[in-house]
Amino acid sequence: MERIYFDHSATTPVDREVAKVMLEYMTEKFGNPSSVHSFGRETRKAVEEARNSVATLLGAAANEIFFTSGGTESDNLALKGIAFANRKKGNHIITTAIEHHAILHACEYLEKQGFTVTYLPVDENAMVNVEDVKNAITDKTILISVMFANNEVGTIQPIKEIGQLAKEKKIYFHTDAVQAVGNCHIDVNELNIDVLSLSGHKIYGPKGIGAIYIRKGVKIESTQHGGSQERKLRPGTENVPGIVGLGKAAELARIELDQRISHLTNLRDKLIKGIQEKIPDIKLNGHKEIRLPGNVNISFFYVEGESLLLNLDLKGIAASSGSACTSGSLDPSHVLLAMGLTHEVAHGSLRLSLGRGNTEADINYCLEVLPQILERLRSMSPLNANSKLAANNPCSQCDHH
Amino acid sequence: MYTEKVMDHFTNPRNVGEIENANGVGEVGNAKCGDIMRIYLDVQDDIIKDVKFKTFGCGAAIATSSMVTELVMGKTLDEALKISNDAVAEALDGLPPAKMHCSNLAADALHEAIKDYISKKGK
Ligand SMILES: Cc1ncc(COP(=O)(O)O)c(C=O)c1O
Ligand SMILES: [Zn+2]
Repeated sequence: MERIYFDHSATTPVDREVAKVMLEYMTEKFGNPSSVHSFGRETRKAVEEARNSVATLLGAAANEIFFTSGGTESDNLALKGIAFANRKKGNHIITTAIEHHAILHACEYLEKQGFTVTYLPVDENAMVNVEDVKNAITDKTILISVMFANNEVGTIQPIKEIGQLAKEKKIYFHTDAVQAVGNCHIDVNELNIDVLSLSGHKIYGPKGIGAIYIRKGVKIESTQHGGSQERKLRPGTENVPGIVGLGKAAELARIELDQRISHLTNLRDKLIKGIQEKIPDIKLNGHKEIRLPGNVNISFFYVEGESLLLNLDLKGIAASSGSACTSGSLDPSHVLLAMGLTHEVAHGSLRLSLGRGNTEADINYCLEVLPQILERLRSMSPLNANSKLAANNPCSQCDHH
Repeated sequence: MYTEKVMDHFTNPRNVGEIENANGVGEVGNAKCGDIMRIYLDVQDDIIKDVKFKTFGCGAAIATSSMVTELVMGKTLDEALKISNDAVAEALDGLPPAKMHCSNLAADALHEAIKDYISKKGK
């Protein structure tokens, strides 16, 4: 059976050119970049070229880019590194309710360390209101962290405006751009970004490598201690194959960006339109227009997300869901709940995240099988347009809700 | 992560649907926790002549619903009341630990349906 991959927000395949240079830096050019001999010098050169490539993609200077192990580490370093380095100035951080767990759990940790965190709400489109950011600022605020684009529903935040506000108030502004890099035009100066997180495996690079952009002059301390690599901010022998791969992936992202955006937007809109035409009782989650070019997130009423995913998988389509049964907890996605979706609608969400390898034929196939799957699942469901949802049925496991 | 039996019952669920004149109906779970199961019984002379289900839920929820209907078809009420959630999971060759919540509902729904039948009969 042919397989179709619609889960590019989870991870992307490594580009062949990327894999090729990585192999070269594992087998032939394996030196430690800190070594003085020629083996070390050739990998040092490659690392610095990769740094340049990432910097160019973001409109930054090479010495403002530091390599990390991925989006999670970049987010942790941004939050903890800035919080601890600026403790004397204040202890207040502003973020949003829809951040990735890498941000939310790092914030919870900081709260235990004596920091205060404001989690801004979002509207029904998962959009943050700039006025809310403004109103949350106190004289103790040291950092604002708002994600560039949401990984579940794709909504793109008013980054430039929030950045402008932070700049005026002399507060650092961090953005988790893991989903946005390679999918949106990003210039850190134009958008007033001080610190930015990105990850290799979302942009056709390898897993386990990422980077953090830190504007020159931002006060930040390391969370890990060791050698003098990455100017001591992130010690440890460089993951050279990963770095070289990320550099190549960033180069490709820069060259292909316009083409990727138009290809994905076209497929995305075709898929959304097709679903809206063919399947009743659905809700598009996330902002209609201001969303990631490859993101489709739809709730299908009266069905549960995991059974939808399993059925799609049986037809060869890989997707993901915000249902509780795919998150490993009893609660569905915190993003969907923050947008005001009811539990039952959140449980029925499906995310189809498209990538550069997807074609119109993939979309057509999906539009062919999805209505059949929904018809089958809905015929099995005790819920329908007329069902009065009993809020308090006996549920042996759910007394704590 | 699911056994072959679970996938079999998920892809070809047995006894899906409603019984129009069911004399016992049981429903457990709620949309908040993500699983709702409703079981319909046609009981005659204390024997389950027919049983059907409708379920809103994940793969485990659907498979356990299907399995519980298969286990009780033709059984006496006493036998049916002895079927536990564990027995349903076992009949499916086990379920992932993370799915115990969803799968703990099928036998509960059955027991609710039997209770409903008994209370209706008592009137
Ligand atoms: C918005 C966002 N932030 C952070 C991460 C974590 O990135 P990584 O997997 O590279 O640690 C992800 C990945 O899912 C993400 O989507
Ligand atoms: Zn479940």
